Amino acid sequence: MTKGTAPCLRSLSRVTRYTSATPADRAEMLAAIGIDSPAALFEQIPEPLRLGRPLELPPGIGEAEVYERLAALAARNADAEEEVCFVGAGMYDHYVPAIVDAITQRSEFLTPYTPYQPEISQGGLQVMFEFQTAISELTGLPVSNAGLYEGPSSVASAGYLAIGATGRRRFVVSRGVHPHSREALATYSEGYGAELVEVGLEEGATDAAALAAAVDGETAAVFLQSPNFLGAVEDVEALGAAAKEHGALLIVAVDPITLGILKPPGECGADIALGEGQPLGNRLDFGGPSFGFFCGTEEQLRRMPGRIAGETDDVDGRRGFVLALQTREQHIRREKATHNICTAQALNALAAMVHLAWLGREGFRELGELLARRTAYARQRLAAVEGVESLHEAPVVREFAVRLEAPVERVLERCAERGIAAGYPLGREYPEYEDGLLVAITERRTREQIDELAEALGAAIAAEDGASVGDGPNKAPMSKEVT
Amino acid sequence: MKPAAETPMQRDRAVTIYEKSKPGRRAAVLPEAGVPERPLGELIPPKLLREEPPRLPEVAEPEIVRHYNRLSRRNFDLDTGFYPLGSCTMKHNPRLNERVAALPGHARLHPAQDPRRAQGALELMWLLQQSLAEICGLPQVSLQPSAGSHGELAGLLLTRAYHADRGEQRTKVLAPDTAHGTNPASVAMAGYEVVKVATNERGGVEMDDLRAKVSDEVACLMLTNPNTLGLFDENIAEIASLIHAAGGTLYYDGANLNAVIGHSRPGDMGFDIVHVNLHKSFSQPHGGGGPGAGPIAVSERIEPFLPRPQVVKREGANGSGPFYDLDHDRPKSIGRLRGFQGNFGVFVRSYAYILSLGADGLAEASETAVLNANYLKARLADGRAGKRLPVAFDRHCMHEFVLSGKPMKRELGLATLDLAKRLLDFGFHPPTIYFPLLVEEALMIEPTETETKESLDAFADAVEEILAEAERDPEVAKQAPYTTPVRRLDEVKAARRPVVRQPL
Amino acid sequence: MPDASYPEELLYHAEHDWARIEGEQATLGITWYAQDSLGEVVFYDPPEVGAAIVKDSAYAEIESVKAASEVIAPLSGETIEVNEALADAPERINEDPYGEGWLVKVKLDDPAEAEALLAAVDYRKLLEGD
Repeated sequence: MTKGTAPCLRSLSRVTRYTSATPADRAEMLAAIGIDSPAALFEQIPEPLRLGRPLELPPGIGEAEVYERLAALAARNADAEEEVCFVGAGMYDHYVPAIVDAITQRSEFLTPYTPYQPEISQGGLQVMFEFQTAISELTGLPVSNAGLYEGPSSVASAGYLAIGATGRRRFVVSRGVHPHSREALATYSEGYGAELVEVGLEEGATDAAALAAAVDGETAAVFLQSPNFLGAVEDVEALGAAAKEHGALLIVAVDPITLGILKPPGECGADIALGEGQPLGNRLDFGGPSFGFFCGTEEQLRRMPGRIAGETDDVDGRRGFVLALQTREQHIRREKATHNICTAQALNALAAMVHLAWLGREGFRELGELLARRTAYARQRLAAVEGVESLHEAPVVREFAVRLEAPVERVLERCAERGIAAGYPLGREYPEYEDGLLVAITERRTREQIDELAEALGAAIAAEDGASVGDGPNKAPMSKEVT
Repeated sequence: MKPAAETPMQRDRAVTIYEKSKPGRRAAVLPEAGVPERPLGELIPPKLLREEPPRLPEVAEPEIVRHYNRLSRRNFDLDTGFYPLGSCTMKHNPRLNERVAALPGHARLHPAQDPRRAQGALELMWLLQQSLAEICGLPQVSLQPSAGSHGELAGLLLTRAYHADRGEQRTKVLAPDTAHGTNPASVAMAGYEVVKVATNERGGVEMDDLRAKVSDEVACLMLTNPNTLGLFDENIAEIASLIHAAGGTLYYDGANLNAVIGHSRPGDMGFDIVHVNLHKSFSQPHGGGGPGAGPIAVSERIEPFLPRPQVVKREGANGSGPFYDLDHDRPKSIGRLRGFQGNFGVFVRSYAYILSLGADGLAEASETAVLNANYLKARLADGRAGKRLPVAFDRHCMHEFVLSGKPMKRELGLATLDLAKRLLDFGFHPPTIYFPLLVEEALMIEPTETETKESLDAFADAVEEILAEAERDPEVAKQAPYTTPVRRLDEVKAARRPVVRQPL
Repeated sequence: MPDASYPEELLYHAEHDWARIEGEQATLGITWYAQDSLGEVVFYDPPEVGAAIVKDSAYAEIESVKAASEVIAPLSGETIEVNEALADAPERINEDPYGEGWLVKVKLDDPAEAEALLAAVDYRKLLEGD
């Protein structure tokens, strides 16, 4: 940090570009207050606690300079415009339609606060209502809130709900649940007091026998994710039976973009369905902001976290919308609230709603099918590469895992040199899959790019094999045939 | 003022996107698969597939655009007018920030990108951490929390980890009766019991009550300073030493930080943990209720427990430049609070804001916010408002102040809610109402530095006019608003029989 | 909404509850004053049948649009019946607080506890003193 060079503006002698009080304005305002200097207003701060010097930050700069400074930082990132991105692991490089930007950048959506005054917030409230309807349709559960921060913390929030609903304090969690979600759940559990029991994976999917053995009358909730972190579609209905049997809640994290084709969690016995909303209309943004969605059965309505919009009428009988069930919330119920959250990520939920409307009923299903077919192709194509094999054979929709016969991080580095972000190294989160690579497909990843990925992986593995010493005879790359 | 007929917008009744849907309409054209079109049932077992796609609307692009544009016109927003919502800091949202956040290097950067290929993003996060550390007067910052409430939860979990590390089990958290509702809600989520501390006649913490409640069972005191009355607690140094002497931590709810940036720092006041609402003090647009971000700044003794990963700067070897990294190896960390690294898009905007204003501009903005609040308070102390809406604690305020509508209600039969609704007809967003709870019929007014003297005058004039009108006929305000897209809504109906989705 | 009333045949608790004692049993509810202060009731969250309720402690919750309030038990006992009709029509608590707006029926632990409750005239005095 450079030491600030501008004078500390206690004298209030100038106007910055985001304030408008001229010296003449200030004089009039001070006179109305009955003081000589604004310093008098800061005298309520005890003298030793006044800073008495400028902050050690650089002086302000003009708009063009700020732009250049940030553009220079942005240029030092390898983004999905620059690399062909096969990385997923919870956030995906989908195409965001132009109307999403156009609509979310409108001042009327961008700059208001939470709709506490419904008469002048009907636009935002109706969007929430439409969004809740869409998410409810996707998940097959009747009640949706208007959005939470993002995916993993929504999982942690569901834990708080489950404790309130069951009075029990033990969670059974599949190892297929996103590692960040499991960790957030563990972090929150230290606070509200809950124990986590993890159930492992078998052939890519949750080990059903181990799950059934782990659930008992002390279990508050069973947490599953489908497709799980390895991309495998779980048999939620079969796995959830153990939860039903013991009166535990079944909480299922889902990837919303797969719900055009996959059986919705509400039809599989889920009490709560939730997830990361980024694939719906939200950009990658290095991880946020996006939104979490959160749905439940009618029984959970009054335990739900977050904002919920409801339909009603005005005094003249016109249809309108309000924030409903506010007595659940922190500003009314305080320490007895269902959650401390105030935000609904309303702008991100709007982006999702516009994206869903743009896709429409048919387009949403078609997108799911497109992803499933391209993913099936990619999975087969990669498995045919020498040195690559499938990590599991469970059904997948948009992401799958392979094992590499060369060090994953080194292979990724070689692919990156060719402008390909080849996937997510599973070893970062799963020591048991040190050789694992998670590959994600979106509608932006063409067959040609998939072929290029296969070729790059093959070449990288071959090069790594060649580079290693005393490792047996080198295999020729790309020797297997694609069927 | 009461219009005889409906306004055009009122005549235009609410229609949802689902009601505009017709089978066969669509907006998206998806790419050809370009791969074998195998039947879905061959790829995924049919029992895992859904029978019918979800009933999403079927609408072409022009109607989608019209629909949401039309909805947007049914919102009041900060870019249109005065929005003095107390404790929400509705300051201008520079469009420059939107532009830089949308650069592909930011917007299309995958969060799992290898740090070696995300140096710009990590450096930006590090620079923002350094800036917030200086502003808060605390050495370490985690950007991870997604909002103020998330920061509060983080702070309480940090407090728990800090005490546990010292082998202590504490059970209580103190918070003033003026606290934001999030404070007690966060306390409960973190597994603590909340104990309320009373407010004294000057609007600060009642010291005798605090002394009576401080003990070795107290894990933390949560405080907003200036508090929700807009008043700086003059006893803060003594409060801090009381809590620290008892072994507790001191948490600063940063909702009101906009009052003191560049003038006073929570770290210097003795706070251990501070959350900063980037969507309040640092110009991230509120978006109709999110997104925001709630980074936390902490003292050295709390640092080992910060969430992981933490953005760190490693000095380069052999004369190469520094390397910015994500440090996951933090054995005492409370762990993750969320996925990936936080709301990076918000960090870009807030860092752009800090760069734009710099040390001098940030201090000037706070000073103007405080000046504006005191000027508006002075204007409202005159005339009818001064009699009907007295200020709750009559001293200089910081960035906001609280009026009580109690005399207005008693003398004119007008509740604070009625005044708020009537202000809508005058083109203003009303202040925060019925908070803080200890002021009857409260109006909490935060004008921010954004407002011109003219807009403050216009607001004061509108309040005066509404009070004059109510002296003639209180019914006018009691039935307000008249000109908004809808009039007063039946919240009882919405609560008794909630309709939270559209039946399709 | 009806006018203020405090029937003579009921006993009252200072937290604005009433009890109608019939032998070993009692019906409990909230007073006219309580429902008027709460405003329009939108939700009643009753205890479960079989749950023990304890004099001077909360046993149920009543919500208006912008407030959630605990209901304090005037007497101790076991919940033998809750007013299921309030689930669909919580407004009955406002419309008929002493009749269709009753909250629970309890089997009393100790009928002698009733001696500490207030007669209508004393409860009215308490309200006037407010």
